[in-house]
Amino acid sequence: MVERQSPLEPEFHVGSHGNFEHGVEIILTETGPGSIMQLAAWPGEEKKLIAAIRTVTGLALPDGAGGGLSDGVKSVFGFAPGKFTVADEAEGLADAFAKVVTPAIGTVTDLSHGRTAIRIAGPKAEWVLAKFFAIDFALPAFPVGAGRSTTHHDVFAQIQRTGSDQFDIYVFRSFARSFWKALCHASEEVGYEVQ
Amino acid sequence: MLITCPYCGPRDVIEFTYQGDGNRDRPDPASQNFEAWNAYVYDRLNPAGDHNEIWQHSGGCRAHLRVVRNTLTHEILSVAFMRGTHTSTARRKAEDKS
Ligand SMILES: [Zn+2]
Repeated sequence: MVERQSPLEPEFHVGSHGNFEHGVEIILTETGPGSIMQLAAWPGEEKKLIAAIRTVTGLALPDGAGGGLSDGVKSVFGFAPGKFTVADEAEGLADAFAKVVTPAIGTVTDLSHGRTAIRIAGPKAEWVLAKFFAIDFALPAFPVGAGRSTTHHDVFAQIQRTGSDQFDIYVFRSFARSFWKALCHASEEVGYEVQ
Repeated sequence: MLITCPYCGPRDVIEFTYQGDGNRDRPDPASQNFEAWNAYVYDRLNPAGDHNEIWQHSGGCRAHLRVVRNTLTHEILSVAFMRGTHTSTARRKAEDKS
């Protein structure tokens, strides 16, 4: 199996940084899923695709735009009409989906090497992300499991809330190091730890 | 200016790309009707008021949207997905002649 290198590596410094004398309020990590898939249903085939996602991952997508959920190992969320992002700690999702998502249902795109997943957690996670993205991060507007598609200075980002104070951000691998550095700088004033 | 995407909810205009006047109807690609092509490419209503427009939520869900925007106030009067909602809204000069 190919050993995957992190694009963050030259800027990934484990430990506490910034203004952490009074405690660390942000934890930054790279989740490094083995599989990141983009699935799209042809118009009218959405329910079949959602059923296929359940067959492969065991996750039952909730109704509604941007709905999603995570079991801590596998995650899925809607990011556009009829389109879903699915991530798994393990490799092999592409093969699994290729078997159940027939060409009549939709398309399967393997982005495992094309996206980098960054996790921001802690009591100030909402506050730091609000500096980046013009969307509502409050829990009632952005419930646990839900996904959002948005942009930070032309860096396209898909964000899934995987805990009340935890978010997983999927960015293009080629932008990931730059985005990571910006996230570190934005976290300095509240103190952050890289794990 | 906020545009309320039917999928993503209210988002800043910076996430959207303007895709042009929504009053156009492209002629059949094989059409030799130069007047229709001229109208499609050049004729614009340029109203001071409500205007049919095509926008894409390019920095979000990437859906193409049919938006009615007031060109005087920038008020967004309606937003809908392009897919499944396309109806001819053409009110162009070339068609006015017929
Ligand atoms: Zn949208």
